[in-house]
Amino acid sequence: MADFLLELRSEEIPARMQAGARAELEKLFRRELDAAGVRAGDLTIWSTPRRLALIARGLPLATEAVSEEAKGPPEGAPDAAIDGFCKKNGVTRDQLELRDVKGRMTFFAVIEQPGRAMADVLGAAIPAIIRDFSWPKSMRWGAASVTTDSLRWVRPLSGIVALLDGEVVPCEVAGIVAGAVTKGHRFHHASEITIASAEDYAPTLRAAHVIVDNEERAAMIRDGAAKAAAAAGLTLVADEGLVIENAGLTEWPVPLLGRFDETFLDVPPEVIQLTARVNQKYFVCESSDGTLANAFVCTANIDPLDAAVVVDGNRKVLAARLSDARFFWEQDQKTPLAIHAEKLARITFHEKLGTVADKVERVAKLARWLCEEEIVQPPSVCPEPVEGPHFSSEEKNGASTSSARTVEELAKMAEQAARLCKADLVTEMVGEFPELQGLMGGYYAAKEGLPQEVSDAIRDHYKPIGQGDDVPTAPVTVAVSLADKLDTLVQFFAIDEKPTGSKDPFALRRAALSVIRLLEINGLRFPLNSVRPELVEGLPFSSGAVHEGKYGASTSSARTVEGTSLLDFFADRLKVQQREAGVRHDLIDAVFALGGEDDLVRLLARVHALQAFVTTQDGANLLAGYKRAANILKKEDWRGIEGEVPHTGEEDPLAGVDDPDLAPVIAAKMAERHAAETHLSYTPEPAEKALIDALAAAAPRAAEAVEAERFADAMAALATLRAPIDRFFEEVIVNADEANKRAARLALLAAFRDAVHRVADFSRIEG
Amino acid sequence: MNTPPVLTPPPSFPARDPARSFQDMILTLHDFWSHEAGCVILQPYDMRMGAGTFHTATTLRALGPEPWNAAFVQPCRRPTDGRYGENPNRLQHYYQYQVILKPSPSDIQELYLKSLGAIGIDPLTHDIRFVEDDWESPTLGAWGLGWEVWCDGMEVTQFTYFQQMGGFDCKPVAGELTYGLERLAMYIQGVDNVYDLAFNSAGTTYGDVFLENERQMSKWNFEVADTDALFDLFAKAEAECRNALGAGVPIAAYEQAVEASHVFNLLQARGVISVQERASYMGRVRDLARSSCEAFAAKMTPEWEAKYPGWSLV
Repeated sequence: MADFLLELRSEEIPARMQAGARAELEKLFRRELDAAGVRAGDLTIWSTPRRLALIARGLPLATEAVSEEAKGPPEGAPDAAIDGFCKKNGVTRDQLELRDVKGRMTFFAVIEQPGRAMADVLGAAIPAIIRDFSWPKSMRWGAASVTTDSLRWVRPLSGIVALLDGEVVPCEVAGIVAGAVTKGHRFHHASEITIASAEDYAPTLRAAHVIVDNEERAAMIRDGAAKAAAAAGLTLVADEGLVIENAGLTEWPVPLLGRFDETFLDVPPEVIQLTARVNQKYFVCESSDGTLANAFVCTANIDPLDAAVVVDGNRKVLAARLSDARFFWEQDQKTPLAIHAEKLARITFHEKLGTVADKVERVAKLARWLCEEEIVQPPSVCPEPVEGPHFSSEEKNGASTSSARTVEELAKMAEQAARLCKADLVTEMVGEFPELQGLMGGYYAAKEGLPQEVSDAIRDHYKPIGQGDDVPTAPVTVAVSLADKLDTLVQFFAIDEKPTGSKDPFALRRAALSVIRLLEINGLRFPLNSVRPELVEGLPFSSGAVHEGKYGASTSSARTVEGTSLLDFFADRLKVQQREAGVRHDLIDAVFALGGEDDLVRLLARVHALQAFVTTQDGANLLAGYKRAANILKKEDWRGIEGEVPHTGEEDPLAGVDDPDLAPVIAAKMAERHAAETHLSYTPEPAEKALIDALAAAAPRAAEAVEAERFADAMAALATLRAPIDRFFEEVIVNADEANKRAARLALLAAFRDAVHRVADFSRIEG
Repeated sequence: MNTPPVLTPPPSFPARDPARSFQDMILTLHDFWSHEAGCVILQPYDMRMGAGTFHTATTLRALGPEPWNAAFVQPCRRPTDGRYGENPNRLQHYYQYQVILKPSPSDIQELYLKSLGAIGIDPLTHDIRFVEDDWESPTLGAWGLGWEVWCDGMEVTQFTYFQQMGGFDCKPVAGELTYGLERLAMYIQGVDNVYDLAFNSAGTTYGDVFLENERQMSKWNFEVADTDALFDLFAKAEAECRNALGAGVPIAAYEQAVEASHVFNLLQARGVISVQERASYMGRVRDLARSSCEAFAAKMTPEWEAKYPGWSLV
């Protein structure tokens, strides 16, 4: 058994690529050893800015000898065929053996693969690993780059150490010959060092001021930075991303704490932190009261002769950066947001959708409409207006007394916030740090003295971003956030820019998800069907007008002019989102399939009740009964008494019951049938009678409960049908000889199915 | 033929003092790159340009198989960075020190670090790091991989291995070093305001040389320059570039592309180019620059192929 060390030394590897490079090195090394029939076992992989290293322990000194047999042509085959077989297997003709294969003499070649020395295996593997290595970006260099075939690496590759049990594994790649010599720290130990073995590698490098284990360097930075902060009486603001990045930038990390001019603390803390992190890769610190302190921690790559010199240099750079930030902060405030907003007319939102100013105008109208329609409502009025809405996202600035007490006040604030919500995009600060969008607008609005609801709404209107983000609950914020996302969705769907596959350039999936979460968390009753282009084009309008818009005729079935409707899109997003919450997608389908349901809150309530029901025994049995009834009806190709109901084969004959165009027809026919049922032309069997009675009691109860949105009650009503339907199937022959009995029983099953359908389309439910 | 007169031996000059004189820092870099890498020490290109990379010694010489080592100072004009002489760090006119080494030598990083040592930066006193920073110039159809070199957190040099120029693969690859001279000098001299830099060892400051220039040029860039004339200049440079391309003189065409690029920057500073127009103007400059590079490469290729058998442009 032998230990193997491989070190690939290069010029500085970008920090962000090192984790991927370690994984790539492991993958390729295992691939090469697998191909040689050697199990690589546990590998140790390390990276520094200047080297990738791999240690494999307990490798065999040689691979196993293998004997392989190849079956060739039969005896008497043409010479050419036999020669070809010999050539392919690297044997001569006299080495072939003749064997009996099912009575036919056939040539066999026995190829003895002797075991290979491990050094030979590795000597071949190393160049293959280097040549096949995949980097996010790679380059050519030096004199060899006179052709484009020259070796590519992330930065110039400068040395290879390859030692098996302390012996150099002979190999060479692009003129770089593997050896035992490497280099220590660039400045602390610039001379060459010789590695004795895999075991000695890390200690030898450590003596040369290189901590080769990236995890160890990360720990040194994490702990060292925290300690430096603590020594100054401060708390480090933990930032694991920065820890990893600095570990990728250093071979000998030395965290150092410095101070910056206190007056910079006038600038918002987020700006200071971002400036320090993004531009300089510094940590920031907090004082004991949790506010940002005027301190930073940088990570040097040397043990400096005088730490104060390095710290002072870094302080100056940070000061210059913060001066710029403060300049932006002050400059931006000289212009009111409303004036900044005018510049949005110069920024194209999308070539077919006008400018950002156009979008803002639509969002403002939509936000107002959401309030006027009382989809978003003012917070309930407390008798004593001591405490306004108190939400987590607002806590930072302290809760304020809400002044948006009436619908009109709320609408006014929402419109105002919407008009200003994108204004910070043209400020200097957001130009410098795009990730501060919203936040800066909120700050500037507060500085201008706008109502806190408005500045909060500007700050938070991008939320929620992604599944884990806080969902706004302050009414003004909710109105603006919802309006912004609905506008984006409606507009991009209107110009047919829908997400396809993995492509979602306008983040419409995220926008839809955000809408769902806003509606769900805030319990907003909002007909998603009204989300159509004319929603904003035709403003102002009443909610009634929404349904009589350009596509009014098709609103109820939720099909828009082109392909996937927005409602379908929401349904898909909802399924994805609810799956994570443990809700079955088939149940969502079962409710959506009823059609006409475009109120998300109601839909989810129904789905939740349904899920609770179908997991009970009553629910499971009722589902079984339903499926049996549906199958019989399908097999009979039963059109029912309502012959007018469209029937397209695959579909459920009653799928159209919720189509408003057919509703009056069906209602009339149902009444007729109901009358017929009560006047059966024969005496029903007891089980038949029991089902008729149970249905007569349960159907109106279920329908009424659905109407009142008491979905659990609707399920309970259905549950009473379980025993009668089971008994019916046990005791009654549907396919009776008498035509009148048969028709009546089919009609009864149809009525049963119809009653169930009023709650959910059980045909969509799995199981 | 006259025999040249015998020159008297030069007087012995005092040693250079790069840590206390801006010009001595430049002269030290000249000495260094001249002696250590056999660089041609060039003078600045006599045109207004936004970056040293525009110098033909960099762009055009990065094309083709011929070795080329050069170093030079290039004044850079960034009209929108002007601050009327009131900002301690920002200038609309400043210097870059460019080194171009083709093919990139294997010890290029060591050479570079040694040059920092020559101007007084000790790597055990100051924290020097190579931080990923790739370079791309759509205008020149060029890109490369490399780093920004940090000295105690301050970017002092852009270090790039050119991979493509003018849309062509660099064969071989050149290494390009761009030192920001003023900030490096500020660091070495320990001053916080660029205008306080000692320009020489005789008491002349950077402010003495450039402060009034910054005031006037900022005013001109932002407030005075006749925009109609600038639009006209742009159109004329564009036309002349095409004219030169048609006549088979791509170096002349390239100069007009550089001119158009700077005029565009001036128009930007005057704030007369809208967001939408901006992209279109940039596209026009890019066309000129790329066409010129392509024409230059095409014109030179027969000569390059003859001198370097087996070499091909693509």
